[in-house]
Amino acid sequence: MRDNSALSLRERLMLQLLVLAAVLAVALFVAVRTVAGSAAEETLDDVLGAATIAVADELRGGEEGVTVDLPHEAFSILGSISEDRIFYRIAVDGTTITGYDDLPLPETARNPAELSVPVFYTTQFRDTEVRVAIMQRVVLAGRLSTPVTVLVAQTRAGQAAIAARVANQAAGIGLGVFALAAVLSILTAGSVLRPINRLAEAVGRRGPSDLRSVDHPSPAELRPLVDALNGFIARLRAGLMRTETFIAEAAHHIRTPLATVRARTETALRKAETEEARETLRAVIRAVEESARSASQLLDHATVVYRSDRPERESVDLARLVEGLAQGFQPVAGLKDVEIYTEGIADPVEVMGDRLLIEAALRNMLDNAVKYSGPDSEIALVLSRKGDGACVEVADRGRGLSGGAQPDLTRRFARGANVGDVVGSGLGLTIVEEVATAHGGRFELTEREGGGTCARFWVPLV
Amino acid sequence: MRFLMIEDSDDLAHSVAERLRLDGHAVDHACSLAEAEDCLSAAPYDLILLDLSLPDGDGRSFLTRQRRARRDVPIVVMTARAAVRDRVDVLDLGADDYLTKPFDFAELEARCRAVLRRRGGATETVQRFAGFTFNPLTAQLVVAGEARELRNRELRLLEILLAAPDRIFSKSQLCDRLFSYAESVSDNAIEVYVGRLRKKLEGSGAQIDTVRGMGYRLTAA
Repeated sequence: MRDNSALSLRERLMLQLLVLAAVLAVALFVAVRTVAGSAAEETLDDVLGAATIAVADELRGGEEGVTVDLPHEAFSILGSISEDRIFYRIAVDGTTITGYDDLPLPETARNPAELSVPVFYTTQFRDTEVRVAIMQRVVLAGRLSTPVTVLVAQTRAGQAAIAARVANQAAGIGLGVFALAAVLSILTAGSVLRPINRLAEAVGRRGPSDLRSVDHPSPAELRPLVDALNGFIARLRAGLMRTETFIAEAAHHIRTPLATVRARTETALRKAETEEARETLRAVIRAVEESARSASQLLDHATVVYRSDRPERESVDLARLVEGLAQGFQPVAGLKDVEIYTEGIADPVEVMGDRLLIEAALRNMLDNAVKYSGPDSEIALVLSRKGDGACVEVADRGRGLSGGAQPDLTRRFARGANVGDVVGSGLGLTIVEEVATAHGGRFELTEREGGGTCARFWVPLV
Repeated sequence: MRFLMIEDSDDLAHSVAERLRLDGHAVDHACSLAEAEDCLSAAPYDLILLDLSLPDGDGRSFLTRQRRARRDVPIVVMTARAAVRDRVDVLDLGADDYLTKPFDFAELEARCRAVLRRRGGATETVQRFAGFTFNPLTAQLVVAGEARELRNRELRLLEILLAAPDRIFSKSQLCDRLFSYAESVSDNAIEVYVGRLRKKLEGSGAQIDTVRGMGYRLTAA
């Protein structure tokens, strides 16, 4: 069942406007038909009345009674208006002296004063509806004042035709009004809803984590909605910020004691006598390493998520960044006799972006390369421009992806099938991919020809 | 190397100092920036290990003051604040390098060495044994006037053996110091490096003996 509230505002508004238009159109139709119909009836009555008066005017009294010279022009006027048949009856004291004897008198008797002018009524005559005009004239006949009743009747076909014509026209007008109202209601619904649609578009166009407040100009009626939305966004942002601060604080509070544990354990390991004790201490150090790394990656990830909302747009020289990172990682790589060599960093390569985020992404790529490289190998750190993008490639001679697909490896907390023996959090590649996406770039992870992994980070050039 | 460690957590400072001393380094500990200034005016240091959150101020302001006063003792920042921004900030302020707590001491040493090598200045570090001289900073071994480059693991292996000549080191002891705890290696992996170092030491009068079932030791012929 469809919930009524699920009806769209546009549908609702249009439906209501259309119902209103339909009611108005029907009312208009009825009004036009009634007014026009009664106007037509009045006009025909006037002609009928005039004809009756004309007949009455021709009544003559004489010694031998009442005579009448029927005025044919009066009847021809009637006939000219429509093809209706005309009947008449002239009666004295209920006795028909000429005309149709069976033309019925009105059902209720009228007093003579009332009948000095034509009075109209509708009745059945010979299976047809007729309109009758009746009037009385007093004629001196045989020295007596004799009231003579004149009835002139006309069939209703003409009036019915006029009424039908009027009804058609009224229906036409009604339909026209309805059509016009329908068009107007569509336009009105559109224009009334446009601010809502614009607001929805403005909010909808935002990136998945854009948490700026909405300052789109909107009509007064939408202000409460916009205010509520902004309040919600502010609460969400505050929540996220609290989370970020919390993670940073948590990382800080975890790290200091961990550093103590690590230092003490290393010292103990150096002094340990038995292999059993050494094994235990090694396990402790590995665990410390693992928690510290997770804390780091969680913090990095929180930063990336937070800053991706609105990455700063500053000019970043990738060449300098890559050079600095290569230098920063050299001592760690050196511990395994892994050599990091750089290419393409002689000239600046400027991109627009968030330096912190790009640094975090490249750091994670390099960290992975160093972690998974075997001893005495090389890591190539190559910066290049291709088309409208800059590409930082980190290629190692490590253990490769062993068939792991990129979408699986960049998922949060996902790790490759072949890395169980190396400490890692499963967030590194997620961070890289999120940063690439936030910059409108992309991240590619492929097997390197000849063994190893090749990670490419693309960002659009300025 | 002679370190000045500026760190407010006594516990951590003592652990780190003890660990560094095991490698033959000298470590002075300052709990605050004021104490650090005193130490710096009293003795020369090869390197400063600086924590950022200190009771009497932010390590960053110390960093800025040092650099502004053109006192160029290398500074390696070690902090628990590992946010991306912190890393970038301290390097911009003139720190020579950056370490996140908790740190691998092999990495700390490698970083310090890299910093000193870059700066080109340190106290006399050349060691002599049998017929060779050895400079760990430049990774150079000089045998009969001939300079031989040592790779990182060869260098560290020689350092370990040289710190206690004639002492027997087991394979697992050497592994612990040569390989990261984050990677798993078999004890036999050490043989490769022993073999390489033996080659580098040829003709120096020093040799690495294999003591069956026990390990290795450095002896002078």
